[in-house]
Amino acid sequence: MPKIYFDHSATTPLDQWVFEAMKPYFTKDYGNASSMHSFGQIAAKAIDQSRLSIAKFLNCLPEEVIFTSGATEADNIALQGIVKASKINNPHIVTTQIEHPAILEVCRDLEKQGVGVTYVPVTKKGIVKVNDIKRAIKPNTILISVMYVNNEVGTIQPISEIGKLVDQLNTKRKNRIYFHTDAVQAVNYCEMNVNKLGVDLLSISGHKIYGPKGVGVLYIKKNIKLKPIEYGGHHELGIRPGTYNVVGIVGLGRAIELVKVGKKNNQKIKKLRDYLIKEISKKIPNTKVNGDIKNRVASNVNFSFKNAEGESVMLMLDMEGFAVSTGSACSSGSLEPSHVLTSMQIPNDLAHGSLRITLGKQNTKNEVDRLIRILPKIIQRLRQMSPIK
Amino acid sequence: MQYSKIVMDHFKNPHNQGVIKNADGVGETGNPMCGDMMKVYIKVKDDKIIDIKFETLGCAAAIACSSILTDMAKGQPLEKAKNISKADIVKKLGNLPTSKIHCSVLAHEALAEAIYNYQSKVIN
Ligand code: FES
Repeated sequence: MPKIYFDHSATTPLDQWVFEAMKPYFTKDYGNASSMHSFGQIAAKAIDQSRLSIAKFLNCLPEEVIFTSGATEADNIALQGIVKASKINNPHIVTTQIEHPAILEVCRDLEKQGVGVTYVPVTKKGIVKVNDIKRAIKPNTILISVMYVNNEVGTIQPISEIGKLVDQLNTKRKNRIYFHTDAVQAVNYCEMNVNKLGVDLLSISGHKIYGPKGVGVLYIKKNIKLKPIEYGGHHELGIRPGTYNVVGIVGLGRAIELVKVGKKNNQKIKKLRDYLIKEISKKIPNTKVNGDIKNRVASNVNFSFKNAEGESVMLMLDMEGFAVSTGSACSSGSLEPSHVLTSMQIPNDLAHGSLRITLGKQNTKNEVDRLIRILPKIIQRLRQMSPIK
Repeated sequence: MQYSKIVMDHFKNPHNQGVIKNADGVGETGNPMCGDMMKVYIKVKDDKIIDIKFETLGCAAAIACSSILTDMAKGQPLEKAKNISKADIVKKLGNLPTSKIHCSVLAHEALAEAIYNYQSKVIN
């Protein structure tokens, strides 16, 4: 039975070209990029090259690119680092209710340390309103952090609008507000020019863009004062110490270069996704699509099937070779439905039957057709088992 | 998190799944935590469960617990079936992930409800 991967928001397969670019740095060019001898210099050159590619992609300066171990670390440095450097004694952060745990859990911890945090809700379609962000801002607000694309429902947040708002407000404020976005799920699909977005800080991860795991980037606009949260050597301007993950950094640079090439796949991915939505909605009664239908990335669809529990659907699909994911309370460990679906005011019984399918560049119409054939049978079977009809 | 092979087998091919049309006792429980629902139907003769069926809306563990519970209760005297505990269910399934133990509580309670439903009818 062929295995079919429909979980590209969880992670993506490593691109063959990325793998090729990384290969020499495992066994041949293994130098420590901080060493002055030739071994080190080869590694240092590779890192410079990657940094340049990323800077070009983001339209920023190379020294504004800080390599991290991934987006979680980038988010941690952004939030904690800004708070640590702030001279305000009761700082306040504005974020949304639908952020990734790499933001939400940092905020919860900062709250324990006395930082004020406002978690702005989103609309039923899963998009935050710029005006709601505006209303949450206080005189002591030092940072706004809003994700670019939501990982569960794929909705695109109004980042450049918030960027404009922050710019406007900053001209009249005593203390400047910084604007951070976790752009992990946006890189393949959205505008990534940091000037157009108006962001001061931006997080990226390698493994969501056909690059390697364990590497990411934090873009930090020049002259922004941010204190490190870990201490060690002088790497990355002292903001993120630690021996360079050369293989990972090379892979990330190559993956970023390929994003442009990959953009031509987006139309194909979108077509497949729209076809999937149309067919599944037709074939399975009581199906709902969660999240704004237009304002979402091409890869994502998030369904809710009434009276079919998401983990069961996912496991039955797994037995048929499909990899997908769910926001059901049963699969969460905490037994609470996904915070994203809850914030969107999706009733618990619908969140219970939620299923996220995220396509990638290698998926084919054949694979989607197989899912369209099999999923209705699975939902029907589970509904037939349910006491609620 | 991973399920035992026994759990997966019951999930794939649940035993005694369905409805008993004129059941002698019906028990229904729900889990407000994650929104699961379980319904157990029993047919009783000479204080023994001669037939049992279940309907469940829930995760793989919930379905497996329902399935194995019906196996364990079938043919048993009511008093014995009543005593099937959640620990018995978990053990029979070759263990459950910690976050899934509550699914066995659901199964235990649904059966207890069905037996109570039957007994209260008989008394009246
Ligand atoms: S049915 Fe929800 S966790 Fe088992």
